[in-house]
Amino acid sequence: MKPAAFEYHRARSVSGAVGLLTELGDEAKIVAGGQSLVAMMNFRLARPEHLVDITHIDGLAGIRREGDTLRIGALTTHRAVEKADLGDFAVLSRAMRWVGHLPIRTRGTVGGSIAHADATAEWCLLAVLLEARILVEGPSGRREISAEEFFLGPFTTALEPDELIVELVFPRPAPRAALTEYADRKGDFALVAAAVDLDTDRIVLGGVGPVPAVVRGESYTGTTVRARAAAAADSLELRDEPGISAHYRRGLVRTLVERAYEEAARG
Amino acid sequence: MIQLVELSVNGERHDLAIEPRRTLVDVLRHDLGLTGTHVGCEHGICGACTVLVDGAPARACLIFAAQVEGAEIRTVESLSSDGELNDLQRCFSEHHGLQCGFCTPGMLMLAEGYLAEEPEPTTEEIREVVASNLCRCTGYQTIVEAIDDCAARRRAALQDRLDRRAS
Ligand SMILES: Cc1cc2nc3c(=O)[nH]c(=O)nc-3n(C[C@H](O)[C@H](O)[C@H](O)COP(=O)(O)OP(=O)(O)OC[C@H]3O[C@@H](n4cnc5c(N)ncnc54)[C@H](O)[C@@H]3O)c2cc1C
Ligand code: FES
Ligand code: FES
Repeated sequence: MKPAAFEYHRARSVSGAVGLLTELGDEAKIVAGGQSLVAMMNFRLARPEHLVDITHIDGLAGIRREGDTLRIGALTTHRAVEKADLGDFAVLSRAMRWVGHLPIRTRGTVGGSIAHADATAEWCLLAVLLEARILVEGPSGRREISAEEFFLGPFTTALEPDELIVELVFPRPAPRAALTEYADRKGDFALVAAAVDLDTDRIVLGGVGPVPAVVRGESYTGTTVRARAAAAADSLELRDEPGISAHYRRGLVRTLVERAYEEAARG
Repeated sequence: MIQLVELSVNGERHDLAIEPRRTLVDVLRHDLGLTGTHVGCEHGICGACTVLVDGAPARACLIFAAQVEGAEIRTVESLSSDGELNDLQRCFSEHHGLQCGFCTPGMLMLAEGYLAEEPEPTTEEIREVVASNLCRCTGYQTIVEAIDDCAARRRAALQDRLDRRAS
């Protein structure tokens, strides 16, 4: 289908974009890579009256290392991260091959993924796993939100309608972390995704709830990989859903956590 | 509302007066008459609409034309010159990499963009990239072989040029 009519606005700076969002109100939406929003507009699942195009803002794309911190600009594409040499943050590059396909990754952006907040999206899992902070700018200036507090529900975040994501800030290297997942077809959003960081002993799961789920430490105290993966899977409250039973999903969690552990250990 | 958009397609500049909701694929097909680019699902799944935006393969159905002002767009029409197919197109033909041809423009632009960036892909990498686009006819094997062969020929040609320069 074709999208409903809207007015197009091109922002030239972050403050300009925030100004447009404030002025245009609830009927305005940001467009970045368009890989989620334009598809929804073509289906008329989204019908914004105003689109604020942020892709022409200079300086919003790019990856910067500052000491132990890695800062990724909101407009950085999945593909740019995939191709970057990130050293002890290489888990981010490796995870990108799970995000859709090449032509999606050349356009889709880090900020767009975080704002879209699909509970199985790789960026949302990675942000929660590595305790990233999300730097946003609104009419009253900038603030940082921790990833765990950012995702409130499916496609729902702590972002205000007149705020823009500027940057994703990863506070420390993760040389022994990994993300893996399963989907029926390559490139689809995951049925279940599992991410682990051996250094912080965290497990984060996608596809098991409305937001990326942090598995609490006390629920996987086993000393074998298999026992920990099983404990993580058993700790979840899952329901049977059409086409996918709770039993099957739990099995996926167990297998994927095991695989993520193995991949993380290989580094 | 009408938006004035200046678009560069296959090296040619076009001045458009379009509604902002016009997607790139609709501009190419309806406003510029470049019907080589196909359109299927309009939500990013099938890849029939794949074109190059500043050299990178992208879904033309998921881009508003107004967004890519200033970018260099390339479509399947840019591949041949003087009525001659380019090497990639000839490889598709020789390896039977197409049957009905609906997916072909998208597959060609996907491969063209990918090979420019990755001149030495493994067969496994080609398989992964080709999975970006849907083909209901060929079963993909012949498409993979066509791209593999084209990459090999381009490498051989490059080696040849280097050898000749050295001698
Ligand atoms: C076929 C297909 C397969 C896909 N598979 C996957 C997958 O496996 N995993 C995955 O994670 N994603 C997948 N995607 C989605 C893709 O990753 C998108 O890039 C991503 O979800 C959104 O990024 P975008 O830049 O395209 O955002 P857009 O589509 O432009 O915007 C998405 C939303 O974010 C908002 N937004 C964008 N940027 C900002 C910002 N800087 N600040 C505030 N709000 C902002 C927009 O207003 C909109 O609500 C797939 C998409 C397609 C079409
Ligand atoms: S028409 Fe664009 S991906 Fe199907
Ligand atoms: S040749 Fe018919 S869809 Fe690919």
